Amino acid sequence: MVGTRLSGWKGYRTMKILMKGNEAIAEAAIRAGCEAYFGYPITPQTEVLEYMARRMTELGRAFVQAESEVGAINMVYGAACTGARAMTTTSSPGYSLMQEGISYMAMSFVPCVIVNIMRGGPGLGNIQPSQGDYFQMTKGGGHGDYHLLSLAPSTVQETVDLIIEAFDLADKYRQPVTVIADGLIGQIMEPVEFPDLKEPQRPERPWALTGAKGRKKNVITSLFLDAHELERENLKLQAIIAQIKANEVRYAEYWLDGAEIVVIAYGTAGRIAQTAVKRAREQGIAVGLFRPISVFPFPYDRLREIAETAQQLLVVEMSAGQMLEDVRLATCNRVPISFYGRMGGVVPLPEEILDKIKGLAGTGS
Amino acid sequence: MSYIVIDEDRCKGCELCTTVCPQGDLVQMAGHFNVKGYRPSVFVDPEGRCTGCTLCAMMCPDTVITVYRTARKKKTVE
Amino acid sequence: MSEDGELVFRRPAALSDVVTHYCPGCMHGIVHRLIAEVIDELGIRERTVGIAPVGCSVLAYHYFECDFAEAAHGRAPAMATGIKRTHPELVVFTYQGDGDLASIGTNELIHAAARGENITVVFINNAVYGMTGGQMAPTTLPGMVTTSSPYGRDVKRQGYPVRVCELVSQLDGTAYIVRRSAYKPAEIRKLRQALKIAFQVQMAELGFSLVEVVSNCPTNWGMTPKESLRFVEERMIAYYPLGDYRVRDEVKTLK
Repeated sequence: MVGTRLSGWKGYRTMKILMKGNEAIAEAAIRAGCEAYFGYPITPQTEVLEYMARRMTELGRAFVQAESEVGAINMVYGAACTGARAMTTTSSPGYSLMQEGISYMAMSFVPCVIVNIMRGGPGLGNIQPSQGDYFQMTKGGGHGDYHLLSLAPSTVQETVDLIIEAFDLADKYRQPVTVIADGLIGQIMEPVEFPDLKEPQRPERPWALTGAKGRKKNVITSLFLDAHELERENLKLQAIIAQIKANEVRYAEYWLDGAEIVVIAYGTAGRIAQTAVKRAREQGIAVGLFRPISVFPFPYDRLREIAETAQQLLVVEMSAGQMLEDVRLATCNRVPISFYGRMGGVVPLPEEILDKIKGLAGTGS
Repeated sequence: MSYIVIDEDRCKGCELCTTVCPQGDLVQMAGHFNVKGYRPSVFVDPEGRCTGCTLCAMMCPDTVITVYRTARKKKTVE
Repeated sequence: MSEDGELVFRRPAALSDVVTHYCPGCMHGIVHRLIAEVIDELGIRERTVGIAPVGCSVLAYHYFECDFAEAAHGRAPAMATGIKRTHPELVVFTYQGDGDLASIGTNELIHAAARGENITVVFINNAVYGMTGGQMAPTTLPGMVTTSSPYGRDVKRQGYPVRVCELVSQLDGTAYIVRRSAYKPAEIRKLRQALKIAFQVQMAELGFSLVEVVSNCPTNWGMTPKESLRFVEERMIAYYPLGDYRVRDEVKTLK
């Protein structure tokens, strides 16, 4: 079974166009009715900002290049407080600067969409693609008990699909939703299709700050000085997270039937691993690929099932091994887990992963 | 004649209202304590000198003073 | 006493009928009331959105009868930008102390002003971090003792206070930048007028407006409220002269 696109906007009618990932990210948001974009230049995602500067202005929607990522995320927070669909995109160091604002939005139940086009780190790192922000994306990132729904595409089309869905998911759960891509997805050009342009509709948001006309005033805050009250708010947030865990797990599976070795990789690493696994199968190795699409909520249950039949797991990441820990959690070491990772923005070649698979299958030279 | 009403139990005893009265001491600090444990300000105007100028109310950070003004009738010459 | 006199002064409708948490004699209460009076006078309560900072006035949203948001420390101008850009019909004001605006939030302030955002910033300068117990702020005067300048602010090691109006009024995006106080009724009247003009500047879309209020902190200055007013008048205003720092021509012709 070749990988199927499990998520995605059904019923596209437009023609395919060849487009750079970053620009496709911007156009996807616009098609989803994004009314306000606040960004800041940072390679490798700046084209999103440039594209938005042109298109949002053309469409009479809000666009500001903020003074910093700290400014940008708080502008998103402001716009989203009014019920407007708001978005920002950034890359790893910028995403670190946004953590405080994101924590505020999580606690005050304010929806928005954030795309992190990850780059080499830590520190200033470099501008090559990386997956070194997995923990920050999936384990909360900022202060306090919260997790954000985090979706990890591996192609430009899937990125478009997930961003469009992210806006609906943000509204559905009244939480920030993140899409985690990387410099490769941002910079490559691929054919993409888009749904028709969606005018920003403003669904009923009784909580939004729109002026207290004919109603009591609304207050949006994440400050609850009384501990019991803050705990009650936290319980509401945990209930939302439980809902997300129950409803939003997504993944793709390739050649798992009879697979003795299962490679586990997401995003760009998942895409490269797919090529390696395909070649290994052509050389008679019983290997399959499991590609998480929602990295939060992580697909623990499905992975636990896979671990019952697989003899070995191979986790492949463009990091020192972060999703690796979730794989261990899911499988409780019931099956041996190997890891292959590249750091610093080095993008592994399919051959590297193929050699690793051969080594595990005992047929390596 | 004009007068002010002080919501004694909301007063925090900061005394700022007593510093601005053009008539001198129509607003003074009370001898007793209010429910918050502050000495509230009280309106003392036996001769009815208050003109309702609202300066004390303007100075109050807690908006506890309400002011009523009656236009002074022209003194009729007996 | 019959209540036959004409009611000439009462709590403005836009000011919530609640007891505030502010210390006795703190000017926050006066500035809150003046803002509420201006909101009532301009008839904009139903389309005003306020943004509270982090600091003593972090609970400002309890005290106004209009929509309110609580911003992260120093980020109110960015939040206001987001609100105003998506809802230009709303009247948006931020209410910030000196730690929030002149320390952690300076970058957000400068760029909101440089962009000429049509928002109004009400800046309370009382030269100390109040809520956290009296630490030195960027606006603490030289020689002033605080819990983090225990020997008095030494300009050689702790630098000089920041004059925000003088700083921000250099930016062309600003339309109305003034400094007032509230240490006596005459000044309170001028402050009220300045707040009204600032809101009108925003409503006329003339650009960024900021009203700085030289304020007091009896508790953390270690003074009685009355003494703190003297300190404002004699020491604070000497360093932070009251007046207009930038008034664009179009503002002068505003009714």
